[in-house]
Amino acid sequence: MNKIEIENLSLQYADGAESLRGISMGIRPNAVTVLFGPAGGGKSTLLRCLNRLNDLTDIKTSSGRILIDGENILDPKTDVIALRRKVGMVFARPVPLPMSIRENITYGLELAGEKRRYKLDEAVERSLKLAAIWDEVSDRLNEPAVALSGGQQQRVCLARVLALQPEIILLDEPTSGLDPISTGKVEMALLELKKNYTVILVPHSVQQAARTADHAAFFLQGELIEYDDGKKMFTTPKQKKTEDYIMGRFG
Amino acid sequence: MKLFAHNRHTVQRVGYSLITLMAVVTVLPIVGTVIFILFKGGSAISWEFITGFPHDGMRAGGILPAIIGTLYLTIGTAIFSVPLGIAAAIYLSEYAKDTPLTRLIRLAIINLAGIPSVVYGLFGLGLFVLFLKFGTSILAASLTLSIMTLPVIISTAEEALRSVPQSFRTVSISLGATRWQTIRKIVIKEALPGILTGVILGLERAAGETAPILFTGAAFFLPRLPGSPFDATMALPYHLFVISTQVPEMPIQIQYGTALVLLVFVLTMNVIATIIRSRARAKRQW
Repeated sequence: MNKIEIENLSLQYADGAESLRGISMGIRPNAVTVLFGPAGGGKSTLLRCLNRLNDLTDIKTSSGRILIDGENILDPKTDVIALRRKVGMVFARPVPLPMSIRENITYGLELAGEKRRYKLDEAVERSLKLAAIWDEVSDRLNEPAVALSGGQQQRVCLARVLALQPEIILLDEPTSGLDPISTGKVEMALLELKKNYTVILVPHSVQQAARTADHAAFFLQGELIEYDDGKKMFTTPKQKKTEDYIMGRFG
Repeated sequence: MKLFAHNRHTVQRVGYSLITLMAVVTVLPIVGTVIFILFKGGSAISWEFITGFPHDGMRAGGILPAIIGTLYLTIGTAIFSVPLGIAAAIYLSEYAKDTPLTRLIRLAIINLAGIPSVVYGLFGLGLFVLFLKFGTSILAASLTLSIMTLPVIISTAEEALRSVPQSFRTVSISLGATRWQTIRKIVIKEALPGILTGVILGLERAAGETAPILFTGAAFFLPRLPGSPFDATMALPYHLFVISTQVPEMPIQIQYGTALVLLVFVLTMNVIATIIRSRARAKRQW
């Protein structure tokens, strides 16, 4: 049973930039689904459809449906606030909000109306541990999050998403600015997360895609070229274009 | 040509000295004015001067009613212009799309800032004093000063709001915040020092203006303090104008003393604005 069902999704931005053309795919729960391909292929656009963050952008046309647990989230009647709590997002550049580490984690929960101190403390510890950053920050929770290193910031941003106990986690090149060691830590955290969450990752390299993918989808110029099991995709791709990209012949 | 080719360092030094000199020259008028006024008017300052009423045709006594009047006018201006200005800035920065209407609003704000202050005075006389029948009053003068101050507050506040990184807004929304929650909890909080600076600079200008209050609220002489917003009031800049030009045989000391009080009033606001700004800059986390 798929967690997300994307049906014939097309989208065009008002400024004519990156667009999606007739995307249909199912995304399975408790697995890492990787969306990869050259820049401008529509990967980020697709991610931003899944939590309706594209609502903030000028869209020229869009059509198709995205069903999450059977409900079309593109329906205008969708409660986008609830949707965004259920579908969390980590961005390419870590953006700690200008507040303490602790406040960064509790921000979303407090917006959701959680006031009980013990609940918030619990969430801070649980989510920082899940994001594999607890040991590094547990004694400085009240310090500004921006004082952390880039790799630490990004894991705090992941923890901030996890604090809301989402069901789906979207990651848009979350390690693009990080050194290999920090990247390794984030990837480790992802492997742990997929046990309980539906993880959708736009990797920052083919190598990362191959390392992390349970399922992989290759995007090129707004179209879904190939979608398969991760292992098969990176060893025996069916499409010539996919093979060329994986082999580094273009990109 | 040869001179330039062979003496680049000399040219560099001369050029550097020249621009340093010019920078110093720009400081001189303000320093000169302050020292001059301080020197001339310092001896007039006394407890009686600050807290007393003028008497003997304003040729003796204090300037309390003018000080209190300027305070009232500044507060009155703040009451009208600050909420309206900040709300307008939030609208322009956070909600307004680029439409003909918002372009018109922006154009109006820019032009409002360029109108000579005496025109505001006449406008205030026509609208608030006569048409709305507020009379020559603190209310009418405050409203007139508010219109003059609005463009300063709106444009500095909008600038401050815009300088808050867009990524904060995106992240906040992605965590389930509404647009208004994002503005309230993140954007305004981060822009506040910049907004306050604009507010103070705007009010400071209002406090020192004479022309807008000339026909709308300023009184030549009042034997008592104003009791309600519908009373006229004395005010420092107008009082200074009056005792400098309208009263014969005015002791020069009192004129400079009044100028000094006005200068201190305005410069204090300026210093507060500067402190807020530099503190915020040191604390900024992005």
